[in-house]
Amino acid sequence: MIEFTYARAADVPSALELHGKAERAKYLGGGTNLVDLMRETIETPEALIDVTGLSTGIEELSNGALRIGAGAKNTAVAEHRAVRERFPVLAKAIVSAASGQIRNMATVGGNIMQRTRCLYFYDDAARCNKRLRGSGCDALLGFNRTGAVLGASEACVATHPSDMCVALTALDATIHLVGTRGERSVKFVDFHTLPGQTPDVETVLERGELIVAVDIPPLAFARRGQYRKVRDRASYAFALVSLAAMIDVDGDGTIVDARLALGGVAHKPWRAFAAEAALKSRRADEATFREAAAVELSAAEPGLTNGFKIELARRVIAATLAQLADPSGARA
Amino acid sequence: MTLRVNGKMYEVSLDPRTSLLDALRDHLQLTGTKKGCNQGACGACTVLANGNRINACLALALQYENVEITTVEGLVAGDALHPLQLAFLEHDGFQCGYCTPGQLCSAIGMADEARRGVPSAVSANAGAESFELTYDELRERMSGNLCRCGAYNGIVAAIESSIEELVP
Repeated sequence: MIEFTYARAADVPSALELHGKAERAKYLGGGTNLVDLMRETIETPEALIDVTGLSTGIEELSNGALRIGAGAKNTAVAEHRAVRERFPVLAKAIVSAASGQIRNMATVGGNIMQRTRCLYFYDDAARCNKRLRGSGCDALLGFNRTGAVLGASEACVATHPSDMCVALTALDATIHLVGTRGERSVKFVDFHTLPGQTPDVETVLERGELIVAVDIPPLAFARRGQYRKVRDRASYAFALVSLAAMIDVDGDGTIVDARLALGGVAHKPWRAFAAEAALKSRRADEATFREAAAVELSAAEPGLTNGFKIELARRVIAATLAQLADPSGARA
Repeated sequence: MTLRVNGKMYEVSLDPRTSLLDALRDHLQLTGTKKGCNQGACGACTVLANGNRINACLALALQYENVEITTVEGLVAGDALHPLQLAFLEHDGFQCGYCTPGQLCSAIGMADEARRGVPSAVSANAGAESFELTYDELRERMSGNLCRCGAYNGIVAAIESSIEELVP
């Protein structure tokens, strides 16, 4: 780890000011990813600005949205009564991730900003366009079992590791940002970017901008939601494929609306817009679910060792929707 | 800065790079907390911060100023072992013992999480008031603590047998 200065921000304006004073400054949340990356000298900030004391609350707004402060711990979100009752998919996604210890440390803002777990990104003896733009990608022809099958490029096949972000993408959440030029809001689905030729750029954040909160808009049928995660061991592992799913079926068995997002398959949490469109106004049965899954994965491209993910994603979508559509609700 | 550990105050001068784990072990000589992977994967360094279990290896000590830290040394009452420590002895909850301090602190934090309504990945109903620590719940909630001797059966049995004392 290289030397750095540490300062605790008293409020958002002072956080921005402190960030502006150093050439290589980073905001610090729980540190569960950043401290690890600094130890590996993959991240080399010269100044850390601790923002864990800012905006830690979770509140229900008058418009029915739920506002989660960026400094809220992952556990606090999963534990919150309104999250568990109104948006259980988010609670389930969070507790599918990492360990109890890490969830007690990690913040919502830090979770959104965490870096990929691609082995070649962590291995400084390997070439990685994320670490050094233009240096090449050893994951492309390497062991890329965890790699992307949707939206990847020749420059990068890394995946976004978050579970929480997959649920927030399906819930159509909005991220609130504050920078020196003022405040703005970005839809969750637009916040993370695809790799293209610049995989070192991972979000639309501008220099010095700070995530202050996430809003989840009201959604009646989110009261029943499922998060399905497939991984190499039963607990405490990153997703090979994960799915956040909610579906609204009327009394006749017709699908009114659906929300789906995939994790573990792309450089960003992958909102399954094509599958959602293929579900609307159709009968809630297995044939419909399979077809929607096939449509979503039609553009998928396998790497050398991760082709299984494409069929796995299709099956996870079909099986999870079948579970949710079960009228007894017993399995959801 | 001031560190508050097991009810005592310690004035220390630390390089900002110092983890809470290294501060405890190397600066306060509280070596009960163990360093395993030093990257948040094994849980050997688990301590309680204001009652919440955390990985001390990923925590920068500076972020824990004025937070009440409890380590394995703080679990005893005088010379009397904590009921969970007695249960680990009773049920062979260890072989080499290196992961044990982390297992103990983790189990205490874990039991409180279940009591106050933090769901887990295996909870059937995420909205429940609190969660009964069944065999499956307990194993899932303790998955952040590895035991390379493989004493898991004893660890689970020890925690199961002392649940009522962990959750008053």
